[in-house]
Amino acid sequence: MKKQLITRRSLLAGTAAAGALGLSGFPARADVQWKKYAGTKLEVMLAKGPRGDNLQKYIKEFTELTGIQVESEQIPEQQQRQKAVIELASGKPSFDLIHISYHVQKRQFEKAGWLADLTPYMKDPNLTAPDLVDTDFSAAGLQYAKNDKGQMLSLPWSVDYFILYYNKELFQKKGVAVPKTLEEMVVAAEKLTDAKEGTFGFVGRGLRNANMALWTNFYLNYGGEFLDAKGNILTDGPEAVEATKLYQRLLTKCAPPGVAGFNWMESMASFTQGRSAMWIDADGWAPPLEDPAASRIVGKVGYTVVPAGPKGQFSSTYGDGIGIAAASKNKEAAYLLCQWVASKGQGARLLQAGGGVPFRNSIVSDAEVAKGVKQQEWLKSVIDSAKISKLGLPVVIPVAEYRDLVGAALTATLSGGDPATELKKAHEQFRPILERSEKA
Amino acid sequence: MKATVEVAPGAADMAAPGQELQKPSYWPFVVPALVVVLAIIIFPWVFTIWMSLNEWKVGSPITFVGLANYMRLPTDPRFVEAVGHTIVYTALSVALPLIFGTLAAVVFHQKFPGRGFLRGIFIMPMMATPVAIALVWTMMFHPQLGVMNYLLSLVGLPPQLWVFHPGTVIPSLVLVETWQWTPLVMLIVLGGLASIPIEPYESAKIDGANFWQMFRYITLPLIAPFLFIAGMIRMIDAVKSFDIIFAITQGGPGSASETINLYLYSVAFIYYDLGYGSAIAVIFFVLIVILAALLLYLRQRTVWTEIGGGA
Repeated sequence: MKKQLITRRSLLAGTAAAGALGLSGFPARADVQWKKYAGTKLEVMLAKGPRGDNLQKYIKEFTELTGIQVESEQIPEQQQRQKAVIELASGKPSFDLIHISYHVQKRQFEKAGWLADLTPYMKDPNLTAPDLVDTDFSAAGLQYAKNDKGQMLSLPWSVDYFILYYNKELFQKKGVAVPKTLEEMVVAAEKLTDAKEGTFGFVGRGLRNANMALWTNFYLNYGGEFLDAKGNILTDGPEAVEATKLYQRLLTKCAPPGVAGFNWMESMASFTQGRSAMWIDADGWAPPLEDPAASRIVGKVGYTVVPAGPKGQFSSTYGDGIGIAAASKNKEAAYLLCQWVASKGQGARLLQAGGGVPFRNSIVSDAEVAKGVKQQEWLKSVIDSAKISKLGLPVVIPVAEYRDLVGAALTATLSGGDPATELKKAHEQFRPILERSEKA
Repeated sequence: MKATVEVAPGAADMAAPGQELQKPSYWPFVVPALVVVLAIIIFPWVFTIWMSLNEWKVGSPITFVGLANYMRLPTDPRFVEAVGHTIVYTALSVALPLIFGTLAAVVFHQKFPGRGFLRGIFIMPMMATPVAIALVWTMMFHPQLGVMNYLLSLVGLPPQLWVFHPGTVIPSLVLVETWQWTPLVMLIVLGGLASIPIEPYESAKIDGANFWQMFRYITLPLIAPFLFIAGMIRMIDAVKSFDIIFAITQGGPGSASETINLYLYSVAFIYYDLGYGSAIAVIFFVLIVILAALLLYLRQRTVWTEIGGGA
């Protein structure tokens, strides 16, 4: 209840501030006509997870504010993506709003023209609160949400930075310092590995496809770029080979057996059992790590940024947004909901619950909001990651093929494959696919 | 008004010579079935073939490309590998349940106390849902926490990576498949055993045949038709196996357990390349038809030899 009050107040404060600015001229202009579409019914298709939960939990407030009825459905990510594509391709989607994964769907959705352009709505003071301006979104968010023509096709909702989780107790036991560079990290991981005791220095995704999200952290820090100016894929170059060697070394010498089949869930299981000392993954896992019912390492988890590589320090960034189907008949009403989803109040709740990090700078840098975050160390790692954020996958249409093929090459190195050979083989397969899809 | 006038004499004409009344009237009975068959079997197939001749990606315009999708298949290493995996996986998951199922059937054909109860227990795996089974086995295969490695350690064997290593993933999956489908083979073979007359065994005993000889020269030839049926059912099941592999490894590690079916799924529903996916589906279908035809042919031949032998 208390949290709700704060939200309302901050929302009102924003409006009031805008009103004060407008004292000189048109005070009425700043008012969003929230009630204008009362009685409209909206359908939202969400991917299952904390973002969807956050929307569903507080959606009544939106209905109170606008009189718009909202039906929403959370579907597991993989199926949600399939369903969305099939429905959008049919031209008559059953939903007005769609929760999209930028790192997978951006190019595909843009090319197919499935999303409505939000730019005119954002300029309309009857529809948009004055605090919602595109400059408030982080660079990565804008890069994701805007197409080549600079149109906003969605509102950036929640960003995933990759951070380093570490087990303070194991570090202390072995007298190891928190690594600042990838090289230090490997050395630390080797020191922390004690196969006899069943503890390992590092754990992370080895599973094909999922592992790309981890590997790109190394690749970017070795100075890699995904595409050249002509759109050619570069991830089999010397930086990629070096990054893969590091990946191979960490996951074969310092990781639990069977890591080739680990996704984030298996990695998290090993980490929460206190079996692995370090884990690099998306930033959303603080709540389960600090939950006594699910974790044996409550209060012993350290959070920090991904260590620097020889060519810089970056955190692989992924994200999702909320957009409106171009075929929707209730675009204005749907836009009001988009705005509410990306609002300061909802963003603060998401951040405070540890379920995600809003793309909006005004939320992340708000001291009041920060006070409500339980794990201050986690928050710091997230804020620091934001400064070194870089998109974690190439923005191309066949992302899924890319992740599968190159991901399989990475997995193959875990059972002894040679990094250079495996990468080359994967790219030989991927290049024609990329060419075909970008040409079409 | 005019129409009714015209129809009425027509109907009267047909009704008059009794026999002709039947001729047009059977169509209404055929049509529903015909429509259903056309709609759910013929049309999807024709449409799949049509899709396979197009560059058909969801969200992109469709262009006719002729056989280009088919030309892509032999040059696609993932497809070629998937064919290999499918063959190995199928061969193993037909052979092993057949062997163990036959052995189990021979054992359960004997009369011993508690036989009915034990039979009941033995066929339980068959009754479970494959996905649920897959999830349980995934836990059992876990290299650190799973019970499989614990069992190995009891007999002094080193821990294995099971489904987490490209070299052992297919045998491990076949283990699950074998565990689940051996009972089916057993049931079929038990039926076969029950139908064998007792006389050949009696005369064989008089002639001094031992257990193995009786099995090899009497039991096996007589249950051969049943083994063929079991083998055919298993073969078709194993070729199109999806649930267990998908739930346990999703084709991994890497693509070490990716069968045609799994690859097809990825191409069509994750890469949204419906044209290429359809081409794979068409080839896959042709493969299954050939396999089934071959088995049917072989089965027919055994029946003939059997009759020939009998005569």
